[in-house]
Amino acid sequence: MNIIVCIKQVPDTTEVRLDPKTGTLIREGVPSIINPDDKSGLEAALKLKDEFGAHVTVLTMGPQQAEVALREALAMGADRAILLTDRAFAGSDTWATSCTLAAAIKNLEYDLIIAGRQAIDGDTAQVGPQIAEHLKLPQVSYVEDLKYDGEAFILKRVFEDGYHIVRVGKPCLITTLKEMNEARYMSVMGIFDAYREKEIEVWNLKDITVERSHLGLEGSPTKVKKSFTKGAKTAGKVFEVDHKEAAKLIVDKLKEKYII
Amino acid sequence: MNITDYAGVAVFVEQRDNEIQKVSLELLGEGRRLAEKLNTKVTAILLGHAVADLANELIYYGADEVIIAEDEMLDKYVTEPYTKVFTGIITALKPEIVLIGATAIGRDLAPRVSARVYTGLTADCTTLAIDEETKNLLMTRPAFGGNIMATIICPEHRPQMSTVRPGVMLVGERDTNRSGSIVNHITDLKSSDMNVEILEVVKESKKKVKIEDANVLVSGGRGLGKKETFEDLQLLAKELGGLVSGSRAAVDAGWIDREFQVGQTGKTVRPGLYIACGISGAIQHVAGMEESEFIVAINKNATAPIFEFADLGIVGDVNKVIPALIEELKQVK
Amino acid sequence: MNFKLSQEHIMLQKMYREFAENEVKPLAEEVDEKEEFPVETVKKLAKFGWMGIPIPKAYGGAGGDNIAYAMAIEELSKVCATTGVIVSAHTSLCAAPILEFGTKEQKEKYLPPLAKGEKLGAFGLTEANAGTDASAQQTTAVLDGDEYVLDGSKIFITNAGYADIYIIMAMTDKSQGTRGITAFIVEAGTPGFTIGKKEAKMGIKGSSTCELIFENCRIPKENLLGKEGKGFGIAMKTLDGGRIGIAAQALGIAQGAIDVTVNYVKERKQFGKALSYFQNTQFQLAEMAAKTEASRLLVYKAADFKDNNLPYSNEAAMAKLFASATAMAVTTMAVQLHGGYGYTREYPVERMMRDAKITEIYEGTSEVQKMVIAANLLK
Repeated sequence: MNIIVCIKQVPDTTEVRLDPKTGTLIREGVPSIINPDDKSGLEAALKLKDEFGAHVTVLTMGPQQAEVALREALAMGADRAILLTDRAFAGSDTWATSCTLAAAIKNLEYDLIIAGRQAIDGDTAQVGPQIAEHLKLPQVSYVEDLKYDGEAFILKRVFEDGYHIVRVGKPCLITTLKEMNEARYMSVMGIFDAYREKEIEVWNLKDITVERSHLGLEGSPTKVKKSFTKGAKTAGKVFEVDHKEAAKLIVDKLKEKYII
Repeated sequence: MNITDYAGVAVFVEQRDNEIQKVSLELLGEGRRLAEKLNTKVTAILLGHAVADLANELIYYGADEVIIAEDEMLDKYVTEPYTKVFTGIITALKPEIVLIGATAIGRDLAPRVSARVYTGLTADCTTLAIDEETKNLLMTRPAFGGNIMATIICPEHRPQMSTVRPGVMLVGERDTNRSGSIVNHITDLKSSDMNVEILEVVKESKKKVKIEDANVLVSGGRGLGKKETFEDLQLLAKELGGLVSGSRAAVDAGWIDREFQVGQTGKTVRPGLYIACGISGAIQHVAGMEESEFIVAINKNATAPIFEFADLGIVGDVNKVIPALIEELKQVK
Repeated sequence: MNFKLSQEHIMLQKMYREFAENEVKPLAEEVDEKEEFPVETVKKLAKFGWMGIPIPKAYGGAGGDNIAYAMAIEELSKVCATTGVIVSAHTSLCAAPILEFGTKEQKEKYLPPLAKGEKLGAFGLTEANAGTDASAQQTTAVLDGDEYVLDGSKIFITNAGYADIYIIMAMTDKSQGTRGITAFIVEAGTPGFTIGKKEAKMGIKGSSTCELIFENCRIPKENLLGKEGKGFGIAMKTLDGGRIGIAAQALGIAQGAIDVTVNYVKERKQFGKALSYFQNTQFQLAEMAAKTEASRLLVYKAADFKDNNLPYSNEAAMAKLFASATAMAVTTMAVQLHGGYGYTREYPVERMMRDAKITEIYEGTSEVQKMVIAANLLK
């Protein structure tokens, strides 16, 4: 079985802090990690490898530094790592990103493609399904459990109010939730192997077949008009009022903050 | 693509077991608002099996037109049948805006459709507006775990697609005097479109989550005075869809289990809302919750350190404020 | 000269930290409180290759360098010094001398299970009357046919009772003094070899420290490590390497105390502001950080010398002397900055201060390190 796992290197948002004075993000010194949903997808692939002897390829699109995420995947046990990088890919939205990744995947053999449900920096959950569409594959997203019966995959597809157990044949694409499993640690020898024995394959524009107009900023239907931070956290107000008024105050504030 | 060929606001109506999901009503309300700005109509698109009797409700909530696609294969949500039918409808309808609830269904369907029709999709929007000048849809969404807001446009492709966070937009008033047209769309599904087989359907109410994962925490401390007050906190948490946690003092007093303890020797949490009830705000506790997005503190001692960390502080008796708060929340619902 | 960590080391550090944070730290308090050897943790460490970091791949190890190894001990000890010393004693005091002095057969037999962590290692030199004066060994080994017969006892042996393989020093010729000492490989379960009294200690309480008793304990002749009469040299060389591990443990304890304290002083308020705003706090922290960083350079340098086959005995002694003194000083300052809370078990600095003390004592006291350093100066 050939499995391709699409991963993204993201800043560890749990380490991101807001500057208390300006309200802007402090990204300096924030470590980069493999996106958690993707890491669970990789773990699912490695489990299939442990059990059925699959060959696991990890694929990422990003700048040269994303190599670190691939090395980590190799150190966890992936067999092959491909970094898709080119200036032409810069500024891609989810449409262009998925189109580029799909083009790269077309060069590979696969029975199963795994992508994390969503990345913690963008939270879109769009790239996985869009890759599936570009490749005309059946998709199952929000997967929390995966089994293989020798021919097809039996998946637990989660909804807000329950779940479906579904069966889908090969090849297909699934998007995984981090709740699906605990990703394994890299092993010490895995890390040495990832740096000493294994190679990261670097693919550029010339290595994939894709329409140039579908790439990067130009190929992206959506544009960012502006981005802004929510502003500095101001010291809260303290009210000394009777309980009915207090309840009103709280509810109003929660509404204002869209919490209720 | 000629952008001017596209007009109107289309809303994907999400139904589960033939029950319209609340987010779809919210989208009809928001769609109405946008349509008025653009001087155009709102079309509700309803997919399912034997769902026709829901159409009038959609009109009452703001749709000018309802397109219904009924098929046995649309009974339970499966990506391909839904994508094929929905894409077919919007390709013919040519709306300028398509709104879909950012649910586990909407966030599966929308990207697949957007890739098929080659248009932009903005995920999980919390604010929608119309650019006065260009008439483009301004889609604002949180990113980076909510730390950054970004406004996205889709200037050269149509429709402009957006998934919208549930619970954010306002449901319009239900008006049974409203009228609108109902159109049946003939589906062209083949059995091969059912490329995923559903083996089992399980309904399950929200499973018990860990306090680290909860988006709302109602937390109690020594100031509650007695174990019984924790039952009020449970009611409040239920009202807010959250969980109850406690300070070390509350755990030591045996009012709540250790696995729900927040703080230095307990769990570190960062929910969207943290309501600290009768918690003084000892450093060990604050260390475990100060990263919470919005902190409400209720304490009868005006000099309690917790107020320094709270976004909103109430000096008062928790035993009175909590029941009043539950009452108030019930009323707004 | 290059002070930058390699990409490989950075990745290792990241993995060590994740593992230590998630798997080791949550148990540290309990391991200390209950004086419980963390058996399950050691199994997990084994699974991910921690028990054979500097052992060549050919013998089942990770084939890593000593900096990678020292960093592992450092990261473990940041959150749990007990776990740090278990790995250090196993690797430096048992696997390392077999790798360095063992025969091909001994290496093939003992190294793979040790490096894979299937078996745990220990080392026995100290006796009731032979501490710093290691030459005063009383344990004897007498060749009788194809077997050596061991009699005597060892004390303060780390990993005792949990270890499967022990490197044991014994006198084969009392008349020769240190030249009469010989090293042996003794397997747990050998008749005549029993575990004696368990020590109740001030710190590293989860680490098992016991007496080893040999009574007519017969071991095969081929378990002689090195040559007869060469045991003292083997022990000294082994301890040179071990000191890198203990210095790394001390470094980790110091860094762990700094990390905890930095968090604390930002949270704790007195006189209306966080402790971190007081210049005393800042100066204390600066001193703690500078000392710890200096320790780190000494530890990594000693490890680097060992990796490059340079003499490192002096470097290891300096690293251990300085890092252990730093651990003691830094943890004491950390407790002071925590005030009353620092003296309680609610915060880990109390444990760290107790754990720190042993690093000035075992695998050569600070005084022994000074003897080594001075001897080097005055030679």
